[in-house]
Amino acid sequence: MKSSSTSEKSWVHYYFKSTSGIVGAFLVLIMMTISLCAAFGWMPHDPLIQNPMDSLHKPSSVYWFGTDQFGRDIFSRAMDGMRRSMTVSIVSVSIAGIAGVSLGIIGGFFGSWLDSLVVRLSDVIFAFPAILLALAIVNSLGNSWIDTAIAIAIVYTPIFIRVARGPVLIIKELDYVKSVRVLGFSSVRILRSHVLPNVLAPILVQIALSMSWAILTESGLSFLGLGTQPPDSSLGLMVSEAQPMAAFAWWTLAAPSLFITLVVVGLNLVGDGLRDSLDPSRRQS
Amino acid sequence: MSLVKSSGIISRSISVLVTLFGISIFIFIVLRVIPGDTITGSLGIETGVLTPEQIDDLKRYYGIDKPLILQYFSWITSFLSGDLGFAYSTGVSVLKLTASALPVTIELALFGTISGVFMGIAVGMFSAKKPGSVRDFSGQLFGLLALAVPGFVLSTTIVTVMANRFGYFPNGYEYMTPWEDLGMNLQQMLFPGIVLGIAVAAPVMRTTRSALLETVDKDFIRTAHGKGLKAKTVRYRHILRNSLIPIVTMTGIQFGYLLGGAVIVEKIFALPGMGRQILDAINRREYATVQSSIMIFAILFVTINLVTDLVYRRVDPRIK
Amino acid sequence: MRSSLIEIRNLCIQTANESRELVKNISFSIYPGEAVGVVGESGSGKTLTALSILGLLPRGVLAQSGEVTYGGKNLLNASEESRRSIRGREISMIYQDPMTALNPVMKLGKQLLEVFEAHELPKENAQERALNALIEVGIPEPERAMQSYPHEFSGGMRQRVMIAMALVLSPKLLIADEPTTALDVTIQRQILALISEQRKKTHMSILWITHDLGVVANLVDRVIVMYAGQIVEEGSVNEIFTNPQHRYTAGLLKSLPKATIKNRERLSAIPGVPPKPWLVENSCAFSSRCSYVTEECLTKTPALIRNKFTSAACFHPVGGNS
Repeated sequence: MKSSSTSEKSWVHYYFKSTSGIVGAFLVLIMMTISLCAAFGWMPHDPLIQNPMDSLHKPSSVYWFGTDQFGRDIFSRAMDGMRRSMTVSIVSVSIAGIAGVSLGIIGGFFGSWLDSLVVRLSDVIFAFPAILLALAIVNSLGNSWIDTAIAIAIVYTPIFIRVARGPVLIIKELDYVKSVRVLGFSSVRILRSHVLPNVLAPILVQIALSMSWAILTESGLSFLGLGTQPPDSSLGLMVSEAQPMAAFAWWTLAAPSLFITLVVVGLNLVGDGLRDSLDPSRRQS
Repeated sequence: MSLVKSSGIISRSISVLVTLFGISIFIFIVLRVIPGDTITGSLGIETGVLTPEQIDDLKRYYGIDKPLILQYFSWITSFLSGDLGFAYSTGVSVLKLTASALPVTIELALFGTISGVFMGIAVGMFSAKKPGSVRDFSGQLFGLLALAVPGFVLSTTIVTVMANRFGYFPNGYEYMTPWEDLGMNLQQMLFPGIVLGIAVAAPVMRTTRSALLETVDKDFIRTAHGKGLKAKTVRYRHILRNSLIPIVTMTGIQFGYLLGGAVIVEKIFALPGMGRQILDAINRREYATVQSSIMIFAILFVTINLVTDLVYRRVDPRIK
Repeated sequence: MRSSLIEIRNLCIQTANESRELVKNISFSIYPGEAVGVVGESGSGKTLTALSILGLLPRGVLAQSGEVTYGGKNLLNASEESRRSIRGREISMIYQDPMTALNPVMKLGKQLLEVFEAHELPKENAQERALNALIEVGIPEPERAMQSYPHEFSGGMRQRVMIAMALVLSPKLLIADEPTTALDVTIQRQILALISEQRKKTHMSILWITHDLGVVANLVDRVIVMYAGQIVEEGSVNEIFTNPQHRYTAGLLKSLPKATIKNRERLSAIPGVPPKPWLVENSCAFSSRCSYVTEECLTKTPALIRNKFTSAACFHPVGGNS
């Protein structure tokens, strides 16, 4: 167990020794760049403009991934969809992360009824498969991206509670922490300098993993018709729209699928790379 | 020893019941705290035509004029006595709907879990045999892709390839229960089962691989070889058997998730299961159905976790 | 010159990846009915030597060269199938930690019967032989033991089961790798006595691996002392104890607690730690800790030379150069 003055500068060094970490970071970086470009409107074509004359064209130098049935450029739509998924993912995981970690640390550290409440709350949410719960919540809240983000945040908060609470329970029992508490050190100070550094590592890993699940959940929801509504584009929606045409226009299915797969693979690899580099026992020198 | 066992089960059951209670409240809150309510949901635009008195009458009819707490209690009490409510559009009791939809989802989940566990253990063993090698890499790649490619993408691809290219699509026909037409039923379960199985295979493969690698270095494996046992015997009877514990736990968790994750797959492959029931009810704003159906799901999920826990205790004789 | 049961010649063991030498050029024989003790600190390579006989070296470690001759064959390059058929039947091994050496989720009876199954012996009298083996090693209520799991037994009992498992098919050689280190002192003596007793009955050879020179005194006929992957001394147990030649052996003997120790006399220990075998080249491995070291010790590797007491690899043996 370490206190705040650790050699965590070196974990970055270890991270770049792991191939999966590098590949993952690379993929995520590409996808983030694509999302940012879409956010600024730098796309080969406008994702909303329809060109009925050009409908269902194969991929070409003009339309890099072909066009859909309305003549819209698939690549641009996929970029825009990626932006949406990425936004929802970042926002939802931020909310879930902050809420979950806070609850987990508070519950774990202060114990008694507070802790029981926190655990009970997370058990209740854990009792539902993610998609189902997200479905129900989005249904209640609405279809905007914020509603989707909130729904996903609620669904993934318990896992952050668990990830944060575990180390806290262990640290709480350490002799030096007990003695320092008896001496009257403020809880906040203890939390900051002793608890936080040890909780940071698993949280970072969990952030990467949760972001990948968030993207899968978000695209699943939009596939089902909740979330982004046409004519806006979203990766899940694009797959849904591609269903009747995929047999003779494979590119309508391929683009969104590829984007989702690449970003999820990338995030998972980043999670693996983080896990390997932050846990000293797993490091390969 | 049986005394200890029974008191352990009792305290856990109480804990489970409390959780279920919390779950019911949670579901209720999530679904009732909504902009649109049952009336606007079932009547749609026509609501605007109604007079305030008519709206009040309807509210009384649907029982949504009472304060929320009373609504909750009336739901919970009828639920516990077996009355799950009625689907407003068709008038059919939710209980009846569930009775026919639940077996479909359970069969699907079983298919998915069993196929997934087989695939996962097989690939896990394949990978673990030579860690760090090309085969290990390909095994792990499989695991990664199984995780990353979304179920709806895989399903859509299968539908596209099978139905449109090869013209084979058993799910295009009316659904058959196993009693009506076993052959057709199995064919209809095949594709969705595999899609779900692949999602299960990924975590099972990881668990298997790491459990195997950890066990292989243990002392008792050396003892087993030292006795003169054949490598294959050691591999299955000692290494795999001892790795089962985390695999069993993981399987139990996955089965529970499959129940809910089946939503998308049921829709694409037109299986009349609980997932589709909930989806349809949501789209038609039939809250009674959604509420009770989700509650059923939650009960099932929690039960499965309990069962997994008990099985886990059987598999590992060290736990008392 | 009687023929040896098992002969190890020029055995070299290395790590697979970095080719670090762990055991350097070991040679010794074990004769039928003989008990040989290999004594050394941890890291001396004694356990690896033992494991290489049965082909049980862990992942990442290999027997790079040399021969282990048994029954006319070199076990190091024999087929896996022929090695397998010898394990548990003609050559058996018992291990240090009975807690981890038994499969925790398999009943003891099944683990015992597996020995019969591995060598395709009929099931009918396997059960009976297994029960007898358990009785022989002093386990009360053998039927109940067969149905029990390892965690239900104490360390001493588990070790007895392991001994039963190793001896049930009457092997010609038993390799005992520190079988009592993890046990209570009182139990230790029981187990050692048990093994010696079994040896008397069957006239099998035993290879005792231990770090404790004191333990072998009453158990073996010959002693081999290993240090940093090499044999530094070899001789009959009497000579080793009365006339040790190598400075290390002499140091070990001095450090044994004696019943005759005078008041306030300190236990002597050899200062320092053994070097890693792969880092020692062209010098005596013990030189860094030896009080008799000279320049010769630091520039040449001493060879194992027979003098009138024992064979020792030392430039300045206790009895002087012969």
